[in-house]
Amino acid sequence: MNLSYYAKAPVDELKIRVGKNNAAESELFFRRALLVLFAVFLAFLAVAGRLVYLQVLNHDRFTTLADSNRIRLQPLTPTRGFIFDRNGVLLADNLASYHLEITREQVKDLDATLVELRERIVLTDADLERFRRLARRSTPYNGVPLRFQLTDEEIAKLAIDLYRLPGVDIKADLTRRYPLGTRAVHVLGYVGRIDENELRRIDPGQYSGSTHIGKIGVEQSYEDVLRGRTGWQQVETNAEGRPLRVLSRNPPTPGQNIYLSIDIRLQAVAEQVLEGYNGAIVALDPRNGEVLALASQPLYDPNPFVNGIDAVSYRKLNTSEDKPLLNRALRGMYPPGSTIKPLMALAGLDYGVVNRYSGVFCPGFYRLPGVDHKFRDWKRGGHGSVDMDRAIAQSCDVYFYDLALNIGIDRTHDFLDQFSMGRPTGIDLPGEKGGVVPSQAWKRKSYKQPWFAGDTLSAGIGQGYFLATPLQLAHAVATLSQRGIRFLPRVLHATEDPGTRVKTLESPRPAPPVAVKNLRSWDPVLNGMIHVVEGGTAHRIGIGAKYRIAGKTGTAQVFTLGQGEKYNAKQLSKNLLDHALFIAFAPVEDPRIAVAVIAEHGGGGSSTAAPLARKVMDAWLLDKYEEAAPADSSSKPEPQGLDAGSHGTE
Amino acid sequence: MRGRMERNDMDRPDDRRFLHLIHLDLPLLLGLMAVSGMGLVVLYSAGQQKPDLVLGQAIRLGLGFVVMLTLAQLPPRYFWFWSPWLYLAGIVLLLAVMVVGDISKGAQRWLDLGVVRFQPSEIMKLAVPMMMAWFFAEKLLPPRWPHLLGGALVTAIPFILIAEQPDLGTALVVGCAGASALFLAGLSWWLMAGLAGVLGAAIPLFWTFVMHDYQRQRVWTFLDPESDPLGAGYHIIQSKIAIGAGGIYGKGWLNGTQSHLDFLPEGSTDFIFAAFAEEFGLVGGGLLLTLYFFIIARSLYMAAYAPDTYGRLLAGSLTLIFFIYAFVNSGMVSGLLPVVGLPLPLFSYGGTSLVTIMAGFGILMSIYSHRRPRSR
Repeated sequence: MNLSYYAKAPVDELKIRVGKNNAAESELFFRRALLVLFAVFLAFLAVAGRLVYLQVLNHDRFTTLADSNRIRLQPLTPTRGFIFDRNGVLLADNLASYHLEITREQVKDLDATLVELRERIVLTDADLERFRRLARRSTPYNGVPLRFQLTDEEIAKLAIDLYRLPGVDIKADLTRRYPLGTRAVHVLGYVGRIDENELRRIDPGQYSGSTHIGKIGVEQSYEDVLRGRTGWQQVETNAEGRPLRVLSRNPPTPGQNIYLSIDIRLQAVAEQVLEGYNGAIVALDPRNGEVLALASQPLYDPNPFVNGIDAVSYRKLNTSEDKPLLNRALRGMYPPGSTIKPLMALAGLDYGVVNRYSGVFCPGFYRLPGVDHKFRDWKRGGHGSVDMDRAIAQSCDVYFYDLALNIGIDRTHDFLDQFSMGRPTGIDLPGEKGGVVPSQAWKRKSYKQPWFAGDTLSAGIGQGYFLATPLQLAHAVATLSQRGIRFLPRVLHATEDPGTRVKTLESPRPAPPVAVKNLRSWDPVLNGMIHVVEGGTAHRIGIGAKYRIAGKTGTAQVFTLGQGEKYNAKQLSKNLLDHALFIAFAPVEDPRIAVAVIAEHGGGGSSTAAPLARKVMDAWLLDKYEEAAPADSSSKPEPQGLDAGSHGTE
Repeated sequence: MRGRMERNDMDRPDDRRFLHLIHLDLPLLLGLMAVSGMGLVVLYSAGQQKPDLVLGQAIRLGLGFVVMLTLAQLPPRYFWFWSPWLYLAGIVLLLAVMVVGDISKGAQRWLDLGVVRFQPSEIMKLAVPMMMAWFFAEKLLPPRWPHLLGGALVTAIPFILIAEQPDLGTALVVGCAGASALFLAGLSWWLMAGLAGVLGAAIPLFWTFVMHDYQRQRVWTFLDPESDPLGAGYHIIQSKIAIGAGGIYGKGWLNGTQSHLDFLPEGSTDFIFAAFAEEFGLVGGGLLLTLYFFIIARSLYMAAYAPDTYGRLLAGSLTLIFFIYAFVNSGMVSGLLPVVGLPLPLFSYGGTSLVTIMAGFGILMSIYSHRRPRSR
């Protein structure tokens, strides 16, 4: 066997060149290797010595520790903070409850035990299915919940026989409860069992012993505040793992209580007046960005979600055409329609495209040069000669077609961007959508199509690609009322230490103001909005008001009419009816509330949406909470309104 | 000179046996198999008696032995030729990890190549010994200080890159591989003292700028385990209880309460030594340490018989990597050394390092078994 390993090895040549002496180096290596071996021997001797120290000299001590005094470290779950409205009305608390837990390692025959339990308490198939699912994911020596919310009677029945059922325990815990049920559910959100995605994201130390986490709404966005910090205790247990006594204790820090800026009475008014429609109402305090009410209809009850909603109910909620789980105030994107016109007017003034006296003649339609297509005004006969004030008050489409064309779409986009249109406002609730303010670049990117002049006209009256959330509209009208001073919308009013009851008020978070070259540009826009209510499209809600309102109606098209077709509300099925919009602030002299209303398929903004906004403002400004609630039966769709037969934007 | 010649004369009859034909070394193979076998038995108990766990580990061990067998067939000149390239590739991959690596448990160690995710630092456990051996193979030994500087650089670059990830355990292994190569190359005691001085001065800087909070925390926890009973201190406290409760003869297989009642965390991975010592006592622990010592002694013997400097340094350095694993893990688990995340070689469940270690033994066997038979 020829093991000619160095026949071709270049190492040999090198050795000759450098003049290495392999034998001497081998000798050197041998000496060093012996030293290394000696060091290795010493190192292992040290470990062996350590073993002798632990296993022989201290054997008794460690045996005692291991056998009789088993020390377990138990996490101590903090109490979750309560949630109140701005006046201290309780919105979410924790209810002491008892659940049944099974530690499989200590159970001899699981099936027999389950049968025995079934004889005493109600165990549904859903309970068993959840138990098996949870058991698969946990180790045998950890307890797995079988039944939640045992009644006193059930506890009594079980307690008698508990000693015969090893591994079965009744555990006390705190269950999140939302005492007002559906009220403000889209603000509060809910907590639920930690799922596998969340398990990967959270700090396992902090959540050891916790079963629940904020899933959505305030419960999610202020999870860290509400949760508190986990503590731990060392307990001595017997051989079966039952705790005998507590050795040391590091108590948990309870979560902070939260006061929302929401006034639950106003929230109730907003939710009640909107009943019968899908839609949203957002009311802000324009002076600091606080959300006073954030209603989204339909509602749902968060309580079943806390311990896991059953599959049937969940499917029903999730597949409902009305989408009750959708928070329309933050995530519903609607064409803003004519509510965008005050912002367009301001843009026109700021870019110097028009002044407040510039006039346009409205024959009831608008035509681009060289194009046959007629862009119609909502008023078939036209408005005649209009200036800015009249154009806003009467919501003349032709005026704004012309204005949008003169400003151009990209400048429109840049100007509206200052109002947070087309991007999230930054509210402290999760999942907010940004809407769309189109631009040439946006259309190229999204549709791979060039921008057409007709697109600009549609955008000028808040149609076409334009999309905004109710929150964005409320934020925009609040910004208008403050002449460009902006605050980030927020629902957190204050936090409170549950021990000392010391409240920490949140301070307003200013946003970059809208920069307008000439401060006097605001006047004609705001005057136009006042004239919407005083003699304009929404004149009916001004009747009998004890304060002055500035607003703007809007009617967003759901489908497009063919050329020459006529909009006839009576012939359209409900889900093709236009969306009704209204934005407003009041009182005009010192704005204390800004409101945006969207009623899906509500028909006209002035007939449907504006009266709802009036009720919300009455409640807030005149403390009229009681009357508002039952009065909502009068606000059902009224197709015979001022502009019912009209089409497009009013 | 004299001793060297005599040892060469002692070429074994086993040179002509079958095992030598397939380039395996019988004593080393037996040692490795003994430890692996013990490991599987202990794992069955420590891993809550799950057959899947043992089967998975057996498959991994089988793969390791196949890798060893395969590498042992390659003549050492292949390793010599590939040393600088593997090293360079390793450095490039470490840099890539820094830029695009996956972060898991707060450390950026993994590189996702679409099909497989692997740790480039694993390559360095082989590449650094190979590169050090390659570097000194063509230098005059014992090395002078310029060469010392070159060798130190070869080690320091991957060391810093890995420590930055941060993966203190692997960095330690790579650093020790480099240091042992320097020592075995015959670095003079004066230069060693100088190097120790420089490193001594570097430690405070390392502490402040390189180490992450969790690593500093580990050192503090080692000095005062009770200070963090929820975290690393809990591991050490429970591991000491498990070992101590084992006594001289142990509680017997499957009878360890510490690991079975889940008091001992990581009982089948990093802390398997404690589960083992609880059930097999001082006798078992002593036997395992003896087996490790035997493997290391046999490997050093094989290194001493390598025909050239490259083979000697590479074999010696690979041996010491194995030693570092065994010593650091057993020392950590018994509370002698700080908590550094290194598995007990051939014993701990899982770990990509198992295959790397077996690859190292494959290289070692290749070096030893490809000697030219010498006749007097």
